[in-house]
Amino acid sequence: MDTVIAAIKIILALVWFLVLTLYLTWLERKESAVIQDRIGANRANIWKFRFLGLFQPFADAIKMIFKEDFVPAAANKFLHALAPFISFFFVAITICAVPFGDSLRLGTRTINLQVLDLNVGLLFMLAMLSLAIYGIILSGWASRNRFTLLGGVRGAAQLISYEVALGLSLIGIIMVFPSLHLQSIVRFQGENLLGFIPRWGVLLQPLGFIVFFFAALAETKRVPFDMPEGESEIIGFFTEYGGLKWGLFMMTDFMEIIIVSALLTTLFFGGWQVPWLAADGFRWPWGGAWGLPHGVVVALQLLAFNVKIVFFCWLQILIRWTYPRFRYDQVMDLGWKLLIPLSLLNIVGTGVVMGLLK
Amino acid sequence: MIKSLGYFLEIIKGGLITARHFTTNMWFHTLKIMGIKAGRRGAVTFQYPEEKKPLASRHRSLHRLTLREDGKPRCVSCLLCVTVCPSECITVEAAEDPDSEIQKVPAKFVIDMSRCCFCGFCVEACPEDAIRMDTGKIELAACGRGDLIYGLDRLLK
Repeated sequence: MDTVIAAIKIILALVWFLVLTLYLTWLERKESAVIQDRIGANRANIWKFRFLGLFQPFADAIKMIFKEDFVPAAANKFLHALAPFISFFFVAITICAVPFGDSLRLGTRTINLQVLDLNVGLLFMLAMLSLAIYGIILSGWASRNRFTLLGGVRGAAQLISYEVALGLSLIGIIMVFPSLHLQSIVRFQGENLLGFIPRWGVLLQPLGFIVFFFAALAETKRVPFDMPEGESEIIGFFTEYGGLKWGLFMMTDFMEIIIVSALLTTLFFGGWQVPWLAADGFRWPWGGAWGLPHGVVVALQLLAFNVKIVFFCWLQILIRWTYPRFRYDQVMDLGWKLLIPLSLLNIVGTGVVMGLLK
Repeated sequence: MIKSLGYFLEIIKGGLITARHFTTNMWFHTLKIMGIKAGRRGAVTFQYPEEKKPLASRHRSLHRLTLREDGKPRCVSCLLCVTVCPSECITVEAAEDPDSEIQKVPAKFVIDMSRCCFCGFCVEACPEDAIRMDTGKIELAACGRGDLIYGLDRLLK
């Protein structure tokens, strides 16, 4: 029975992840269009039924499947084929540590709404995200093309630099919620500060949040930080890919957006917590309570988690369509000279404040 | 480092501009979907094949040959349009007309649309007001070059 539940959880999490990824491509087109006073892709239809272009991702997928799967003659064929899958796999697997909701009680059984309840869930997610760099380096190198190699090297340099800031900015969070266990981190954020403000990570770690947000944006390697891709100058590490393999790189990009949103939500915005919602219903800070059945509470938590994730995906797409890109040295300056000192300052500050409050 | 912090405010202001565009445009899109008439649209796009931009009254579109009251073309084959055409895309062959007032009619009047540059000189040169460019047809694409050669039959339509 446990295996069946685990299998169902895996399938549901993957389906959620892939569907959200597909529709993030739709969201990106539509949102960029609305920002620029356009309409955006709305022509894909099934029997003249367009519905706001919601079939666009499927049209894209069909197009990519039928494109030529091109491999350069001089490329290392095995690594060239392996790279997109490495990239995709290590991002796709991170979803298993994301807590979607509190435990769901079905009869006598308690189901934790998380695929893999790891004690070091946070470390696991960061580790898997870092491993995705291999996909970029390998694809750049195995294509045997100078520009892809440049893209791969730039990608490696950028991701490794920002990995430092990313990890250091989370030390503050780990000090405040003394745990690496993502469910405990989220549960900790369910309590209130001064009796009425939800104790979310962003209130406890504002500086950590800012540093993490920028570092995470750089990790998704999209426009303000698109050194590995560099559309206007080197085209990037996936120049020599076409069809479905290129599609995998694109999907990886969108998946990284979702994972970054999930991390931001879980660590800084209370994960599945709804403000003032306890396990048995709302407990208003001005007194009084509003009891809700267990199923409704779980549904509300899942909904809150999804709304927060979609909001952060929206925010990241907004950022991608607003800002011009950095120059390479500016990216490195921002990472090493601003974000890392700030995150170190954050660690020291957090330590001092915690010591004083003790 | 201090300089980058100084840019921070401007960066946030830039983000607010796009966010404002997003929210106002989404507001008008939502009003439209809900069927409420609003003063403006959420996007500047014309959904082209279904929704066409109005042409200016002076717009030069596909040519047409005008007709007399009795239904015959007004053209008297004076070849002024052929002479003035900078793309040399008009070919006219004259024939005799029994009416001594008219004397000549076009036996053949061919405009090669693949060469025409829509300058409108033929319309200005015509002394009989026999050719005009006011059909409003601007979609002249064809599957072959032959389809772009417009003879009398198509120009009189």
